[in-house]
Amino acid sequence: MTLDDWILALHVLSAFAFVGAVVLFWVLIVAGWNVDLPEDTLRVERLVKVGNAAVAVGAGGTIVLGIWLAFSVGDHDIWDPWIVAALVLWGLTGFAGQRTGKAYARATERARELESGGATGPSPELLALNRTQEGLVMHTLTSLLLVLILVDMIWKPGA
Amino acid sequence: MSTLLALSRPTDWNVPLFVHVLGAMILVGGLLTASSALVVARGDPRLLRLGYWALLAVGLPGYVVMRIGAEWTYSREGWDDLPEGTEEPSWLGIGYVVADLGALLVLVALIVGGVGIRRQRGGGGAGLLKAALAISLLVLVAAVVAIWAMSAKPD
Repeated sequence: MTLDDWILALHVLSAFAFVGAVVLFWVLIVAGWNVDLPEDTLRVERLVKVGNAAVAVGAGGTIVLGIWLAFSVGDHDIWDPWIVAALVLWGLTGFAGQRTGKAYARATERARELESGGATGPSPELLALNRTQEGLVMHTLTSLLLVLILVDMIWKPGA
Repeated sequence: MSTLLALSRPTDWNVPLFVHVLGAMILVGGLLTASSALVVARGDPRLLRLGYWALLAVGLPGYVVMRIGAEWTYSREGWDDLPEGTEEPSWLGIGYVVADLGALLVLVALIVGGVGIRRQRGGGGAGLLKAALAISLLVLVAAVVAIWAMSAKPD
């Protein structure tokens, strides 16, 4: 196995971590759909941290190792259309992912405020924050962009 | 070498490969959620239950899609029609071993966890759910090995 083979394997593993985290966040979005209690909102915080760590490893690994491969593998160039498309899609995915995180963080922050104020009962406001339309739309967009990156990586248009 | 293979891959392999990889990614997401729930649950029955449902509702469908894509790719790439005396490459063998053993282990985890869910109604079942999610962690580690083998394609 060459160094490039190892880098390719790590690049692919990073992509699996990235998509795996997005799937994990889907589970949390669905599980939190009917949650109106601060305690239940905060319960999944530790899982969110795992997801955030997987996103960091996945997003960082895919871009750094992907760029390495673009320069190192003789048949690819960084300006190949499918590589440029992947870089643009990766950037858009990061933007949408950050917006998703911010939207759902509002529910966590509000749950913490409610709990520290002694309001541990059901909260319609918290329910609405857990059902954030912005978060749902942004996470759907993140997922679609990742699928597009996968399509781009397999079909390699313009290669 | 694998990169060169990818470059020369006929385009009619792309759809089955896409199905295979997308299914595998969903499977890994389900396994990641289930095993993470076990690690962070600290005995919290609701998180254990969430992990179990992730395995059942995400991991299992992901596995089915991955396996359909795998068989489709296998046939399209002509691995089922090798000349006599030609051996399959080791990366393909690793993929199949992990997929077959993984299926068995996921089924065991789903049965054990399902019993755990039923027992939770009576206040027990946490041990069975932990066992089910521990199995999913084992399958996740095996999946990482399979992904490494299928992408690096060691001889």
